[in-house]
Amino acid sequence: MTGTMTWLNAHWGLVLSLSWQHWYLALIPVLIGLVVSIPLGWLATRSKVLRNTFFYLFGFLYSIPSLALFIVIPVILGTGILDPLNLIIPLTIYTIALMVRSVVDALEAVPWHVRAAATAMGFRPLHRFFAVDLPMSVPVLIAGLRVAAVSSISLVSVGALIGLSGLGDLFTEGEQHQFIGEIVIGVVGSLVLALVTDLVLVLIGRVTTPWTRVRT
Amino acid sequence: MSLWAQLWHWLTTSANWQGGTGIPTRLAEHLEYTGLTMLIAMVIAVPLGIAVGHTGRGGVIVVGVANGLRALPTLGLLTIVVLAAGIGLLPPILALVVLAIPPLLAGTYAGIRAVDPAVVDAAKGVGMRGWQVMLRVEVPNALPLIFGGIRSAALQVVATATISAYVGLGGLGRFVIDGIAEQDYTQALAGALLVAALAIVIDLVLVLVQRLVVSPGLNEVSTRSARRGTRRTRNLSAPGAEVAHTGGSSS
Repeated sequence: MTGTMTWLNAHWGLVLSLSWQHWYLALIPVLIGLVVSIPLGWLATRSKVLRNTFFYLFGFLYSIPSLALFIVIPVILGTGILDPLNLIIPLTIYTIALMVRSVVDALEAVPWHVRAAATAMGFRPLHRFFAVDLPMSVPVLIAGLRVAAVSSISLVSVGALIGLSGLGDLFTEGEQHQFIGEIVIGVVGSLVLALVTDLVLVLIGRVTTPWTRVRT
Repeated sequence: MSLWAQLWHWLTTSANWQGGTGIPTRLAEHLEYTGLTMLIAMVIAVPLGIAVGHTGRGGVIVVGVANGLRALPTLGLLTIVVLAAGIGLLPPILALVVLAIPPLLAGTYAGIRAVDPAVVDAAKGVGMRGWQVMLRVEVPNALPLIFGGIRSAALQVVATATISAYVGLGGLGRFVIDGIAEQDYTQALAGALLVAALAIVIDLVLVLVQRLVVSPGLNEVSTRSARRGTRRTRNLSAPGAEVAHTGGSSS
């Protein structure tokens, strides 16, 4: 235990910079994934064929283990061995796989009479989508994003095996040095990142949906 | 030779299909780890999930633990367990069990909770006892969500079994980890494709088993929410579950 604290005292800077790297490697895919899933989810609510295609395609991609995807993607895309895209693209795919369903569920849960009222008030379809449907979907989208973000943070560690990671580096290094303290710090750091991100998402959800807390 | 041609060459080289380090042996090892882990995890998690769902006690803890464990980095858990408990089959398997339990527990719990209370009341009304209600009404009605949990857990285990080659286990992950270590990307790519194929085949087999086991009256709607996470199943699977129960309670 003292060994762990000594190591941590000597390597604060490293742990912080790895945490930061870990965080953005995990969250850039979640952001891109969200932005891509919204139009895909919308399309899926419009067409049964597209909906089934998306669900099967992303269900299929989601079932591919992360390490396998980290290896196969660079070969298909021709990216270099240590290109961050090798991590970002697979994690984006996982996020889309999770979020397309969330978007579909969220949009379908918007009550028809709310839509009808908005249309009657003169909202055009695109305006209505951004001013009514999307805001009303926020609680479900945030629930989906929380799962996606936490999984993504956990998966970035696997990237250490292909030489790309944040805190995951502490796992491979700790394993090589047979030093468990370093791994424990990596695990704790990763859990803290996940917890903080989760709380931030909950807060964003609360701030963007003030109407859910209106008291009558 | 392009990488794809090399890949084809690697996959068709007979030496890679023979002996203790060949594809069939590695595949058998991978299946062994996955099967063993799933068996242990299901023996623990499914009865516990049914009990918690049936009694309604401890639900908050189950959901909290399941969500919390999702944040645990698998590679970190594996390396800690192996450094602490030593090399061998058991330590990594225990780590795999820890990762398989949350989706199973969450799926089973959510499945039991999502059963329409009216159906449970009807079962009580026709004179069923507590355990009869549980085993003959709640469990069959919860099967789609339980299977959702089983599929998530199986995917998680197949993926993590691959990673556990890093801490000295066999399985298809050996090709990936050794390929990276030896800078033999053909081998790593072949291993990655084999793992991906295995994961997809296992998922398809589970879908087929689910079709055979689950009453046809219970549609697939509720399964989707289980695979995505437990937090939302209550409000979202409810409409689907209601539709399902009209035909499904006879099983």
